[in-house]
Amino acid sequence: MTNTFDLIYLIPLLPLIGFLINGLARNVLSKSLVSIIGSGAILISFVLSVLVFFNVRQEGFVPQVISYFDFINVGKIKVDFAFQIDQLSSLFLLIITGVGFLIHVYSTSYMKEETVPHFARYFSYLNLFVFSMLLLVMGANYVIMFIGWEGVGLCSYLLIGYWFKNTAYNNAAKKAFIMNRIGDLGFLLGIFWMINAFGSVSFHELFNHQNGIINSISAINSPTLVGITILLFVGAIGKSAQIPLYTWLPDAMAGPTPVSALIHAATMVTAGIYMIARSNLMYTLAPTTMMVVAIIGLTTAIFAATIALKQNDIKKVLAYSTVSQLGYMFLGLGVGAYTGAVFHVMTHAFFKALLFLGAGSVIHAMGGEQDIRKMGGLSKHMKITYITFFIGCIAIAGIPPFSGFFSKDEILAGAFAENPVLYAVGLGGALLTAFYMFRLLAMTFMGKFRGMEEQLHHVHESPSAITIPLIILAFLSIVGGLFGIPEFLMSGGHRLAEFLDPVFSNSNAILAKHTIPHQTEWLLTGVSIILILIVSFWAWKKYKNYQTETTEETGFAKVLQNKWYVDELYDAIIVRPLRSLSVFLNNVIERSGIDALVNSVGRGVNFGSRQIRLLQNGQVGAYILMMVIGTIVLFIIQIFVK
Amino acid sequence: MEIKWYIFLSAALFCIGIIGALTRRNAIIVFMCIELMLNSVNLLLVAFSKMHMSGIAAKAPALATDAQLFVFFIMVVAAAEVSVGLAIIVMMYRNTHSVDINFLNRLKN
Repeated sequence: MTNTFDLIYLIPLLPLIGFLINGLARNVLSKSLVSIIGSGAILISFVLSVLVFFNVRQEGFVPQVISYFDFINVGKIKVDFAFQIDQLSSLFLLIITGVGFLIHVYSTSYMKEETVPHFARYFSYLNLFVFSMLLLVMGANYVIMFIGWEGVGLCSYLLIGYWFKNTAYNNAAKKAFIMNRIGDLGFLLGIFWMINAFGSVSFHELFNHQNGIINSISAINSPTLVGITILLFVGAIGKSAQIPLYTWLPDAMAGPTPVSALIHAATMVTAGIYMIARSNLMYTLAPTTMMVVAIIGLTTAIFAATIALKQNDIKKVLAYSTVSQLGYMFLGLGVGAYTGAVFHVMTHAFFKALLFLGAGSVIHAMGGEQDIRKMGGLSKHMKITYITFFIGCIAIAGIPPFSGFFSKDEILAGAFAENPVLYAVGLGGALLTAFYMFRLLAMTFMGKFRGMEEQLHHVHESPSAITIPLIILAFLSIVGGLFGIPEFLMSGGHRLAEFLDPVFSNSNAILAKHTIPHQTEWLLTGVSIILILIVSFWAWKKYKNYQTETTEETGFAKVLQNKWYVDELYDAIIVRPLRSLSVFLNNVIERSGIDALVNSVGRGVNFGSRQIRLLQNGQVGAYILMMVIGTIVLFIIQIFVK
Repeated sequence: MEIKWYIFLSAALFCIGIIGALTRRNAIIVFMCIELMLNSVNLLLVAFSKMHMSGIAAKAPALATDAQLFVFFIMVVAAAEVSVGLAIIVMMYRNTHSVDINFLNRLKN
């Protein structure tokens, strides 16, 4: 048993090695070799993660902290470079390496039209991403987590801007990076405050059940805790694309589709949820923050869902859907349904990766076309993609027994226990989800083909490297929910809650659990299922025989189509004032202030030296005169200054 | 005699030296003025030595003549300097047929 834990450093190390090999030897290796190295590294990590997972599942497992070396050791601050393996991180390891591996395999086919160096560059970035993400979830303290946190942000930037010759893509990459930086600053300040307040950033020292520093805090809502948790949440807002920093995620769709699937849907954007779940005890002790988290999560869930209703780019719909689902996860965290949030991370990773990869398959078949108004009728040509995409839709819409149903239901039940209003709004968001997903499905795969004639000839089912990951993910989307069957359906059915219990037990003990009677739960579930089914059929019927509309959208629909004009709003209230301020600073402070000062110093020296130069006239007598004057001056100083 | 007369004398000699060095252009006269300044200082050294050391001359005769020995050093060094300086002036005269120090500004520019 201990052997496995001796080897866990290999889990992040292998992707790092893959990154180095593919990155450095990108001009030498062949494509198949690059694919094997890139995917193989992740596969081995995945196998190790599975071993770790089974070890963690064993009876009597205690969280392992494996320390490798002193990372920072200054004064009282001691930060080890250490990994922590417990239930939460082992679950995330499985998601990251498992989904990551499938997406690597998918990419070998999806990216094969790239030239060899760029192909290798792609895989090296992807491996670097997996490495950073693993570092993020395995780190045993906030500092190591922050390293991974920054690493994934970097990889996200690199991969969004993968086609760097396109200016729009580069701008999207920069936008993502800057938005993330805003959040990261919050996270960093949170860490600083934590060091200041508790003197430690290690999860073990902060949260362990026996003598954790946080455990000994009895005061609820102490200003320090609220401050730290809010700052950490700002980090999560940036990374997990919540209001007000969500606008980077839809733009991040500029990257290759597998990247969108892996980074901008399945793993990186859930880092914020992981971080809050990891710090659950702090959040539990700060109900004010919890409320903020819940409200922001819910607002984002609804807001993004409404935007998704009117988008016509297949990836944009999925992107807004991701933002919306992340909002649900934050809602779950905010109402104290930590298990539900982590559960939703897991199921979301399955079905959203599936949907993105399916979308990638469609885009591939359509020769790069992303506008669903120009698709239609693809189900006849792409059977496997269609069926798997359909499964993904059902899963995300929350129709039982597919995975999304269980996790979303758990979050909504948690919200109901907290406040029925949250539940009602959340359910509204779920209905919107069902609507836009079935709209997407119907417009893409049903009806008549609306594209160009030669595109229709080109449409074909994708090769097996693409369809096999789709099938596996579809299978996981179907069964993924069965790990968390709610109590009222099957007693002891919530295997995930049992598994994660050690991580959340301290919080659960503090949170006053309002348990909902089983009848109410049946009622809620029943109502939500019926409503979702109705909405899904409605959307399906409405868009099944979609014809290209030439009329402009008007009124509210136009607002939605333009994403509530949020980008324009940010442009008006932040970007433009900032730019005019910069122009002002450039013209006034920089040019006539600093530059003038520096230049006048130079000019003054120049002028002064020209005057003083006259003294050096070559007349010996004049020199002697100067000497005498100097002597006299010194003499006078000697006499009078004392 | 009071010490102040010695001081006045050497100050006067020194000022004459300075003014001469500053105003004259003939190298030899400048040179003589420098010698004048040196010797005014010598005079002052001897005078002060006499004033301070007359009391202790009986007890420590060696100490009493220290400053006066110093004067000899100055004279020796001055003699050496004179020989070098005169040699320079001779060389200068050979080259320029003049002992005007304003010719010596060739290094300028």
